[in-house]
Amino acid sequence: MLCNICKQNEATVHLTQIVGDKMQKVDLCEACSKEKGVSDPSTFSLADLLLGLGSAQELEQAGGGAEIKCPQCGFTQADFKKNGRFGCAECYNAFAEGLESMLKSMHKGVVHKGKMPKAIAKTRDVSEKLKKLQKELDKVIAEEDFERAAVLRDEIKDVKKRLEELEAV
Amino acid sequence: MSLDNIHQFLIPLAEASQRKGPNDKIVMSSRVRLARNVRGLAFPGWAKKPERVKALEQIQPAIESLPQMKKHYAASMDQLNTLDKQILMERHLISREHAAKNAGSGLVVNKDESLSVMINEEDHLRMQALRRGFQIKEAWEDIDKVDSQLESKLDYAFSPKLGYLTACPTNLGTGIRVSAMLHLPGLVLADQINQIIQAVSKLGLAVRGLHGEGTSADGNVFQVSNQMTLGQSETEIVERLNKVLFQIIEHEENARIKLMEDKPKVVLNQIGRAYGVLANAHSISSKETMNLLSLMHLGVDLQLFPNLERPLVDELFIMTQPGHLQSTVTDKLGADERDVLRADILRERLAKVDRPISTQLPPPADNDKAV
Repeated sequence: MLCNICKQNEATVHLTQIVGDKMQKVDLCEACSKEKGVSDPSTFSLADLLLGLGSAQELEQAGGGAEIKCPQCGFTQADFKKNGRFGCAECYNAFAEGLESMLKSMHKGVVHKGKMPKAIAKTRDVSEKLKKLQKELDKVIAEEDFERAAVLRDEIKDVKKRLEELEAV
Repeated sequence: MSLDNIHQFLIPLAEASQRKGPNDKIVMSSRVRLARNVRGLAFPGWAKKPERVKALEQIQPAIESLPQMKKHYAASMDQLNTLDKQILMERHLISREHAAKNAGSGLVVNKDESLSVMINEEDHLRMQALRRGFQIKEAWEDIDKVDSQLESKLDYAFSPKLGYLTACPTNLGTGIRVSAMLHLPGLVLADQINQIIQAVSKLGLAVRGLHGEGTSADGNVFQVSNQMTLGQSETEIVERLNKVLFQIIEHEENARIKLMEDKPKVVLNQIGRAYGVLANAHSISSKETMNLLSLMHLGVDLQLFPNLERPLVDELFIMTQPGHLQSTVTDKLGADERDVLRADILRERLAKVDRPISTQLPPPADNDKAV
């Protein structure tokens, strides 16, 4: 079995952590275990091992030292430090503050550029259209083109209704 | 056909090994997996067991109703015994992590094993498309279709800014892992493999062993995959890996040519010994078998075996792994007994295979004393 970190040396240090009903195993070679300070299990954090040193710390400091708890699932920064995984999708909102620098260190960017569910893409398109129409409305009102403003107002009403329908699904 | 025996459902190895794909001398298989979660449910690692069971009950029928899953095998992980799970892992249909799961986790596989979905592994859904040879673009198209159909049946956890939300932030965004399984005996024999691994790692790609994270590269098999999932589109990630893979293939091809030019005796010696041991041993470990079969594979690629075809080598590669080996007999075998049975099968299957040729080679150079 190879070391989880360097993936080159034979693993000689085997750690098992049980959190709730979940078991996590980490296998390290001697050099990496020393480097990660695993010789002292009390300071050992699985999140650091899996995601890179300091990631759990960033989340911890984000709360200004105070404990943040996910309102949806009750997950805390300490849980993240132990697991290296979040509790639910809502955690990404609850821990948003410390997240960005962590994401920066592990990804190409911090904003999603890929595929999105069709329904969401549609909602996004409609809400963008709404913004555009409202801008135009402001402009024609400033220009005192009230005839055009009346047309735009009706159009905005329709688009708003469509957006509400989309969001209700 | 949900509760069918998994052994009856899976494609017989002799048949599966006949499959061909582009560049399959070097690229054994291509795989794309997507991680998805359902909105409003805790991630599997944090959810309590009743929640996981409920999620499974909601997700499994949605997958089973897909047109691609017309003929499929589905099971909850507690319906499978250790041996079943081991076999599924050896066929790369489930991960090592998923093999450790029980009630509340599940699996759906289609008939030709090209699509499989793990339910409640680290994420609610881990779906993969698997293809023979170098076909990562095609595999992405396969799984993209499955995903698009599933999104109308399941409400995915998605954020316009962060993309698909996953249990581990390393998978966030696209949730995509594109990987290819490469057979690189040339680079290993030429001692260039570490350079390649380092170069590939610098590009932000991961190189792993046969069974993914934390496994060793037995049988000269390496898995190359993307690591970053956020800030790039799926197509960009696939394209990038495609380019790197082409380069690795070229390096491997060159290494093989160069080895045969510079050190033919070293190569012939390794392949001849591999044949000798595999065809005559009476006890052999799984690891040694994989490493020696890899050399036989290289021998076939170099046309050194007059009457051995690649499918037999591929078949033996899977067949001699612990799970598949155990499944051929009814009694539970210990490791020593498995080593004996493995050697028996190898001797029998290789009995009619003639020894590798050692002629048709350039006359040895004066300084060629390396044996």
